Amino acid sequence: MDRNQSHRQVATMKQSLFDQGYLDHEQFNQLEELQDDANPNFVEEVVTLYYRDSARLVHSIEQALEKSPIDFNKLDSYMHQFRGSSSSIGAKKVKAECSLFREYCRAGNGEGR
Amino acid sequence: MNPSNGKGSVSTSSRVSWKSNEAAPVADQFPVGLRVMVVDDDPTCLMILEKMLRTCKYEVKRCSRAEEALSILRGNSNGYDIVISDVHMPDMDGFKLLEHVGLEMDLPVIMMSADDSKSVVMKGVTHGACDYLIKPVRIEALKNIWQHVVRKRKNEWKEVDQQSGSADDGQQPKYSEDGDYSSSVNEGNWRNSKRRKDDDEDGEDRDDTSTLKKPRVVWSVELHQQFVGAVNQLGIDKAVPKKILELMNVPGLTRENVASHLQKYRLYLRRLSGVSPHQNNLGNSFMNPQDPGYGPLSTLNGIDLQTLAATGQLPAQSLATLQAAGLGRAVVAAKSRIPIPVVDQRNLFSFENPKLSFGDTQQPPQHLNNGGTQINMLHGIPTNMQPKQLVNLQHQGNSLPTVQNVQSVQSGSLLMQMTDQPPLRGQQPMGNYNSISQSSPMMNLSSSYPLSNIQAKSGFPEDLTSEMKGSTPGFMPSYDIFNELNHQQKSHDWELQNVGLTFNATQQANNSIDVLGTSIAASHHSGFSSSSQGSGLTRNASTVHANNNNNAISVGQHRMNVNNFYPDNNSVRVKLEPPLFPEQFGQDDLMSALLRQQQGQGGIGPAENDFDFDGYSIDNIPV
Repeated sequence: MDRNQSHRQVATMKQSLFDQGYLDHEQFNQLEELQDDANPNFVEEVVTLYYRDSARLVHSIEQALEKSPIDFNKLDSYMHQFRGSSSSIGAKKVKAECSLFREYCRAGNGEGR
Repeated sequence: MNPSNGKGSVSTSSRVSWKSNEAAPVADQFPVGLRVMVVDDDPTCLMILEKMLRTCKYEVKRCSRAEEALSILRGNSNGYDIVISDVHMPDMDGFKLLEHVGLEMDLPVIMMSADDSKSVVMKGVTHGACDYLIKPVRIEALKNIWQHVVRKRKNEWKEVDQQSGSADDGQQPKYSEDGDYSSSVNEGNWRNSKRRKDDDEDGEDRDDTSTLKKPRVVWSVELHQQFVGAVNQLGIDKAVPKKILELMNVPGLTRENVASHLQKYRLYLRRLSGVSPHQNNLGNSFMNPQDPGYGPLSTLNGIDLQTLAATGQLPAQSLATLQAAGLGRAVVAAKSRIPIPVVDQRNLFSFENPKLSFGDTQQPPQHLNNGGTQINMLHGIPTNMQPKQLVNLQHQGNSLPTVQNVQSVQSGSLLMQMTDQPPLRGQQPMGNYNSISQSSPMMNLSSSYPLSNIQAKSGFPEDLTSEMKGSTPGFMPSYDIFNELNHQQKSHDWELQNVGLTFNATQQANNSIDVLGTSIAASHHSGFSSSSQGSGLTRNASTVHANNNNNAISVGQHRMNVNNFYPDNNSVRVKLEPPLFPEQFGQDDLMSALLRQQQGQGGIGPAENDFDFDGYSIDNIPV
């Protein structure tokens, strides 16, 4: 019962994430398909890894932003990495933000607004 | 994440079968067990990719750093079938890695990136990536990557096949087939595996005369020597298989084996005596490497030499044949990719077994497999040479096509082997080789070999040119020149020796011009001919694309100072394509040899060179 409930909760959350465009349906499904009996926690592991990695990236980005003048090339490469990871996970929205960010970088737009 | 045990076991078994079948997977299971190396600095992607690949039942090794990946690949040249690499990596550009892998190991490389801009994809294409995946990578895309492995093998095999030309066909249709399927993924694994299975299980005898299925006989050097000894003892006329067999007293050897071997041997001897001295098919014909490219050269394996030594008469002939100058490096000719006309003759002789003699046991690099038996010959030589050679090569300038490299390496090893053999080495030149080979076997060998081989006949250059087309276009000319020079010059050995040594230095010095400069300085004084030679070389160089900026020989400059041939290092820039490493040295060798010869002779007519350039137009030489 309890488990079923949890499952349902997770499913609901997942669906909402899909709907809101946070999560990419296809990509995430692929990840889930990779999970099997031999790797029951695959998705969890990957996502955890992603969080860790992206936290590090975000931190570097923040640091780079604080510098002046802003090193756009560096930012661009960070963003590229971030974008790559996000897309692998299916973090659609993050990926979109990264792309936008990169455009600003290329434009030399430090404000990003 | 732990790879599933089930998959692991499958992979393992596949891997085992891969190795035993000379890096070809068991056809039925292919592409299961495909060995993939994936490189990406993004740990998330790496993890996902690895999992996907494992799901495809591939064997996966992941690296987050390109350097690490490279060293793993170098350390285990046969260990992987395909490489997948990210484009943007902090420690090394993905394209650089692509180049390295392509050159050194000749593995198919797939690039991937989140960046899908046309320019980057184009860059991937131009750098030789066999595919480009856009991140996020889907598993479906990975399921098909095996096609690149197959395609590459097929192309390589075809290349090698073309080189061998039709020579093989007449003699041993079987071999072509063998080569075909021993090249693994070529043309339908199922067919291949079946054939191979038959081979393995039935021990198909290559002997044409035998209809029985016997275990394949490997005519190793020792075995062949025994054979030759027995034949000599009996007298070539009286040597009948039965008696030979008795004399040899080798368990497991059948009369049929001996008979077929004898047949070939007789053809070989006939060719030796029948061929004019300046054709050095002696060793070649006997050895019969499948691949003309390195056939002639490789034939110089110990077997040939030993044979020669054994027979007594042969050495003289072969030596004479091989090297008017008495280089006795005929064997050297075996240096890879010099499809000397001799090859044809050699192929006629085609010693089926000898191919294997060098150690079928050795597992040739995968990519070489398509060479099939041919490669085996070379492989017979201590494989341990390869990695070192590769490393050497890599340091040198690595745009060597892997295949070639391997060949070079192997020929190098062959040379090493040869040098070790006392009977043959009676001559001084050989001694030189020894010293040279120690330092940088491959390079020296390659350089020296072509020389000796080519010398034989003036007609060679053309032949070489045409034949070599397949392998290394740029190479030929150098040989031609060299050939010419050798013809006229007797003092090759020491010259070459010098050159070889020089090259060693060069190698260490990273293909620096200095070496060339030194050697040239040593020889100095270019006459008209040398200049023309030089230009020939230059031309050579120019025809070869240079990946190494370091190496750009502007021979032309030498010519400028006809009688004052001390090129400063600047002036001597070897522009050689890295793959042509051996050639590179060969050219250097040629250069120095040329120079020396020029001194001695005061001008060798370059006329016979394939180049129709007049020695004077330096401007024409594209450097």
